[in-house]
Amino acid sequence: MAKIKSLADLKNLRDNMKSGIDLRERGDHPDALPQVKVGMATSGIASGAKEIMNFMIDELDKRGIPAVVTQTGDMGYCYAEPTIEVKLPGQDPVVFGYVNQAKADEIIEKYIKNGELVDGILPVNFRSVNE
Amino acid sequence: MAKIKYHILCCGGTGCHASKSDVIMSRFNEVINEKGLTSDAKVVATGCFGFCEQGPIVKILPDNTFYTRVTPEDVEEIINEHIIKGRKVTRLLYTDPAKNEHIEDSKHMNFYKKQIRIALRNCGFIDPENINEYIAREGYEALSKVLGEMTPQQAIEEVKLSGLRGRGGGGFPTGLKWEFASKYQADQKYVVCNADEGDPGAFMDRSILEGDPHSVLEAMEICGYCIGATKGLIYIRAEYPLAIHRLKVAIKQAREVGLLGKDILGTGFDFDVELRYGAGAFVCGEETALIHSMEGHRGEPTVKPPFPAESGYLKKPSNVNNVETFANIPVIFNKGANWFNKIGTERSKGTKVFALAGKINNVGLIEVPMGTTLREVIYEIGGGIKGGKKFKAVQTGGPSGGCLTEKHLDVPIEYDTLIAAGSMMGSGGMIVMDEDNCMVSVAKFYLEFTVEESCGKCTPCRIGNKRLHEILDKITKGHGTMEDLDKLKNLSQVIKDTALCGLGQTSPNPVLSTIDNFWDEYVEHVTVKKCRAGVCTSMLKFVIDPEVCIGCTLCARNCPVNAITGERKSPHQINQDICIKCGTCKEKCKFGAISIK
Repeated sequence: MAKIKSLADLKNLRDNMKSGIDLRERGDHPDALPQVKVGMATSGIASGAKEIMNFMIDELDKRGIPAVVTQTGDMGYCYAEPTIEVKLPGQDPVVFGYVNQAKADEIIEKYIKNGELVDGILPVNFRSVNE
Repeated sequence: MAKIKYHILCCGGTGCHASKSDVIMSRFNEVINEKGLTSDAKVVATGCFGFCEQGPIVKILPDNTFYTRVTPEDVEEIINEHIIKGRKVTRLLYTDPAKNEHIEDSKHMNFYKKQIRIALRNCGFIDPENINEYIAREGYEALSKVLGEMTPQQAIEEVKLSGLRGRGGGGFPTGLKWEFASKYQADQKYVVCNADEGDPGAFMDRSILEGDPHSVLEAMEICGYCIGATKGLIYIRAEYPLAIHRLKVAIKQAREVGLLGKDILGTGFDFDVELRYGAGAFVCGEETALIHSMEGHRGEPTVKPPFPAESGYLKKPSNVNNVETFANIPVIFNKGANWFNKIGTERSKGTKVFALAGKINNVGLIEVPMGTTLREVIYEIGGGIKGGKKFKAVQTGGPSGGCLTEKHLDVPIEYDTLIAAGSMMGSGGMIVMDEDNCMVSVAKFYLEFTVEESCGKCTPCRIGNKRLHEILDKITKGHGTMEDLDKLKNLSQVIKDTALCGLGQTSPNPVLSTIDNFWDEYVEHVTVKKCRAGVCTSMLKFVIDPEVCIGCTLCARNCPVNAITGERKSPHQINQDICIKCGTCKEKCKFGAISIK
């Protein structure tokens, strides 16, 4: 291991190491961050949800946007797979359907970054028992 | 390569380790490899999550899913369902006992809601055997701030301003202690970390060392800089093999990167840490006895003054602090003394870690702000008394502390209020008792412990405690008299006033506080020879109700001393002269015919 000889060395090392645990840091206070849930039931995976999830994680990271990306089960909109649900802090969750890479890119740039809604929102057609 | 999506945190504390968390971890790694998920999920061994009652714990991040009582057989299901399909394994989620509902994530568990984690900030979050994870959490930044920007005097002032008091029990202001040690001149001074945690039921220091060893090392270095010491010693009991292992790994890694050793961070400051093992004597938690034990002498205390600050290890000025005290130090410098001293109460700042044990639903390790009430700790965090029984008392402060009762439940927990209530903070053991605990027997249990652990140097402790124990034993056997109760009180007072060290002076506390709070129970034991909790077996009498007994002979066949006689199909009798009161007959009887009188 390289020696740490100064505060600058320590800070460099910290910044490099941070990305290793930032997933945990963010999980520690998820409500303060945008939360993205990718529907990953059989139908979702078959229509490419896994690639979309990887794309979201990588792109959010590359663009320096802290967010929590998790997968979830079937959301019920199988006709519109892949579907993702995005919850911005303090707002109601919004579900987007037919998400391909271009759409995912648009969601990141417009909705997650600036809060502008984009096309492709699925109307929520049920109420949950938890509400 | 895609970024890792899930971190699977497995508790690697002693508690969960004992219930196979190491097997669970290797199983996770196996399954992840088998299914080619190495780029999706990563397994991390962490320190204790505190929720030992429900161990082994597996926590999945980023969604904070909190799986309890996981077995190696569950691993494949967790991977298949949670990691691959994104569906939580409901049956392994924590169930709220009050509502009987599964709780999906740790953010919504009552156990964690009221806690503020300072000393335990990294426990259950980082891998304690990886210095990089500690550094990623601002590790060693407090040290670099102190070394680079502050004089020793300024740093001591900061600790004083924080209001931090010793977490080992006494509650002496830490900054003041450092200041004393800094004032004495010597060619060599020492920083000593007291990891000789000896209270029955206390395991906070062990958990900190197992979960976040670097925080203690960093704090010892800061202390060394403040008092002018270049050597640190950790006195740890040999019964803590996992903590010792983690400390060794941490020291090795810190040396490798130059955070321990010569010229730390290029500032010219030298500091190194060594371990010293104790044989697990309770008295060695007392600082003078601890120092003698480190020097290779018998672990016996000596009269203070001189305090260790003047003449400690090898007669050199030494500063002794407890593990939890040290664990608070880096946070004080990172966040500032003025952040720290806003937490807690007027005279007790910050938080305190408690080990909850006994008849409580959520046995485990918790950290709450000073000033939290016992009621909040026992009922909200602890989830109340096991089996819906009635709360009777809570023992704090270990063998040096006392029992607090119902009327103390709303007392805010801080150093001074606990002493006023007849107990003490101690190192933070909290043993909860219910209606099935006999308070005379509880006092006897603690006396047994002090008699065993007394070093024998001074007469009041060596002989006095022995006599106290004999009297208590006599009372629990049903031979006590009212004079015995007076003797108990007088003798306790004498030991308190005349014993040499803290161990002796506080050893009668469990007796005095139970006499104060449960006088009726003592009187009942000596006058009507009755133990209302049914613990003192010599006072019990097992009897068979002839109306209910059908003469099935099951009790007679199971009695280990053949005290039960009777014809088949006719009521049986217990011969009280032979009966050893083991209770087997009552347990075995299918008709509820046997009762305790």
